[in-house]
Amino acid sequence: MHLKWFVLSAFKSATTGGRRYHLWMGALTFVMLLGAYGYWVQLREGLAVTGMNDHVSWGLYISNFTFLVGMAAAAVMLVLPAYVLEDVDFTRAVLIAEGVAVSALVMCLAFVVVDLGNPFASWHLIPGIGILNWPRSMLAWDVVVLNGYLGLNLFIPFYILYNHYIGAKPSKARYVPWVYLSVFWAVSIHLVTAFLMAGLPARPFWNHGLLGPRFLASAFTAGTAFMILLLWFVDKETEYDIEAGAFRKLAMVTAVAAQVNLIMLGSEIFTEFYFPTHHVQSAQYLFFGLDGYDQLVPWIRTAIVLNVGATAVLMIHPLREHRNWLLGACMVLFVAVWVEKGMGLIVPGFIPSPLGEIVEYSPTWVEVVVTAGIWAMGLFILTALVKVALPIELGHLRSPLISQAASRPSGPTKSRVRPRL
Amino acid sequence: MTERRELTFEDVLRNAGVQEAQDRLRRLEPDPATLPGAVPPGREASPEPSPPEGGCGSGSCGCGKSAPSNTLMDKPMDRRRAIGTMLGALAVTTQAAGACAPTSLESAEGREAKRLKQEEFFKGNYRLMTPGEKGETVRRLERLAELRGQGDVSIRTDEALPNVMYGYAFNISKCKGFRNCVDACIEENNLDRASGDQYIRIFEKPDGESIDDLEHADATYGHEVPAEGHYYLGTQCFQCANPPCVYVCPVQATWQEPDGIVVVDYDWCIGCRYCIAACPYWARRFNWAEPEVPAEDLNPRQHYLGNRTRKKGVVEKCTFCIQRSREGRLPACAEACPTGARVFGNLLDPDSEIRWVLENKQVFRLKEDLGTEPRFWYFMD
Repeated sequence: MHLKWFVLSAFKSATTGGRRYHLWMGALTFVMLLGAYGYWVQLREGLAVTGMNDHVSWGLYISNFTFLVGMAAAAVMLVLPAYVLEDVDFTRAVLIAEGVAVSALVMCLAFVVVDLGNPFASWHLIPGIGILNWPRSMLAWDVVVLNGYLGLNLFIPFYILYNHYIGAKPSKARYVPWVYLSVFWAVSIHLVTAFLMAGLPARPFWNHGLLGPRFLASAFTAGTAFMILLLWFVDKETEYDIEAGAFRKLAMVTAVAAQVNLIMLGSEIFTEFYFPTHHVQSAQYLFFGLDGYDQLVPWIRTAIVLNVGATAVLMIHPLREHRNWLLGACMVLFVAVWVEKGMGLIVPGFIPSPLGEIVEYSPTWVEVVVTAGIWAMGLFILTALVKVALPIELGHLRSPLISQAASRPSGPTKSRVRPRL
Repeated sequence: MTERRELTFEDVLRNAGVQEAQDRLRRLEPDPATLPGAVPPGREASPEPSPPEGGCGSGSCGCGKSAPSNTLMDKPMDRRRAIGTMLGALAVTTQAAGACAPTSLESAEGREAKRLKQEEFFKGNYRLMTPGEKGETVRRLERLAELRGQGDVSIRTDEALPNVMYGYAFNISKCKGFRNCVDACIEENNLDRASGDQYIRIFEKPDGESIDDLEHADATYGHEVPAEGHYYLGTQCFQCANPPCVYVCPVQATWQEPDGIVVVDYDWCIGCRYCIAACPYWARRFNWAEPEVPAEDLNPRQHYLGNRTRKKGVVEKCTFCIQRSREGRLPACAEACPTGARVFGNLLDPDSEIRWVLENKQVFRLKEDLGTEPRFWYFMD
């Protein structure tokens, strides 16, 4: 009975809001529709309408997939201290982080699906009716860990929110074990995604042991940077206050991760170029251009400059403590990592081809609108999740089946006003 | 009209044979430990675990078209058809509708094609099919080809011949870059004409440049050959004994047959292209759009795992012309070569030409450091 009301209240909460809220959701819906149109064209004509080809056989879709797996994994940075170490600062931020993880995962799965040439056959992946080549194929591992992580990140916040909704106190014994599991799982989703590429001897650009750790470092850079931006927005726009301490700690995490990421980048560049072998060609193409082909060079150089600049800002304490500098640096880092770890990682892996041929890649309008549509979908889901979670956490949204007097929430109670979001 | 039957309890039991299917698959899958390695030059090849004597070969093995398909057609309902007619109907109509809008007056043939496509959609992985199921799908595919206007197509399902492991050798001294092999391959294997797809690449390299250095090699030369001061090097799928492409496939849509040929089940492939990324020899191709072969150019002698018509969104590759080699014929490329640069044969036959090359010539393979063990050697006179 409570569950029915929960679903109804959640739906109502997600569909009511101010003018800005409706404008935002409307704009996202419009972009999603554009993306759906692009995908329809792609389904009809085949992947020939993308910029991909037999040489560069993965492009913008898989680039975004790789990046977003990192975003999803980064939620762990908040989950760990909040639940396990009972760090007060993070508890309020953590539900939002899990919302980010859920929406990032949905986007990941969507990017994989749109990349499939024969998506109607994707049921072949389901064990039992199909064949999942597990444990041999790293892609099969990825299917398992991503769906498992999605399940965890749906379950934990649902359990907590639902209990608050019905005026009960969530039992730690019930959910904390899953939290522990999800912490390990978060690391694994990103490592598995890295192994997907690092396990290919055919592609020397990916085939090295640093790829996995580097994925983690860049994920914690971009992921926490995004969390700072999002939490700042929630803090400013709603009455759900995030403690200043949470920002300080997150900024510190981002600063450290960004430095580690840069160290690893430097280490990679050194190994490639100190004594260049045949295997350096992809890196050569990426950073300097190869035989006159240099399409990615301006992108990667811009990304590195942005990366170094933003990391420097975060390393200087007074600047990092300053809200505007912090937010600016986070925005820049997010973009820089997206370029570096998306297209900057996937595309050079295919250039030159294993037989030495050079064919460049640039996405077509179909790929661009489908990608934009999926991002819009992710933001849509994130907004809706946050929109439901906040009133419950603030104590505004309670099951009508419980008497209000008996059910003052154990969680934070602050005020009479509804969130302005 | 699509025939509709009620699913009986027995069907459910039979169809739920997941474990059974897995076991069957495990039996079919070559155990990595017993996988025969490539034959090192001048050495005896390890014998391949082979089907019982007097099995396949002449088409009398009970598989494929000779199967008593009539009784099997009466089988009430396929396991996969049971899982979700709703999903399937949706997907199939979307797929079938494709570019052309559905006509209001559907012809009987249109309805038949739709029904056949729907049945095709739910069929299983080729390796899990019983001989009867293979016969059934072949019959459907042949009929669909006919309905598409491709005429009388015959699709074989010949299994690997006993005691056969195919190998290939390429004589760099003899190849003059004529590319007759490329053209023969395109015609034999019904490669997409619209995209100019090729399984074979012939690289032109200046004399004196290292063979393993393909960085500056040119496979798109358009001048008269042989060009002065150049030599030629052909690549295609090397049917590695340790194929990375097979490892990575998330749905086991690609595997190595007992005769060493790495094949793709085009109808099981989901089109993720992980295998393309995994191949160190750039041997795999993807159907970015619906492949086009003019009906008059279509090769009607086809194999389920070879040159049958592919569809958009799936991966394909060279199979050493499985439809020919399993009949004891040479692959089209080897037959078309005017210079005799291509040597193809059975590695397990001590009297074969390929064995003679491996025992008497100095041979090498590309990227041996990767441990893929290609069954494709290069040599010089």
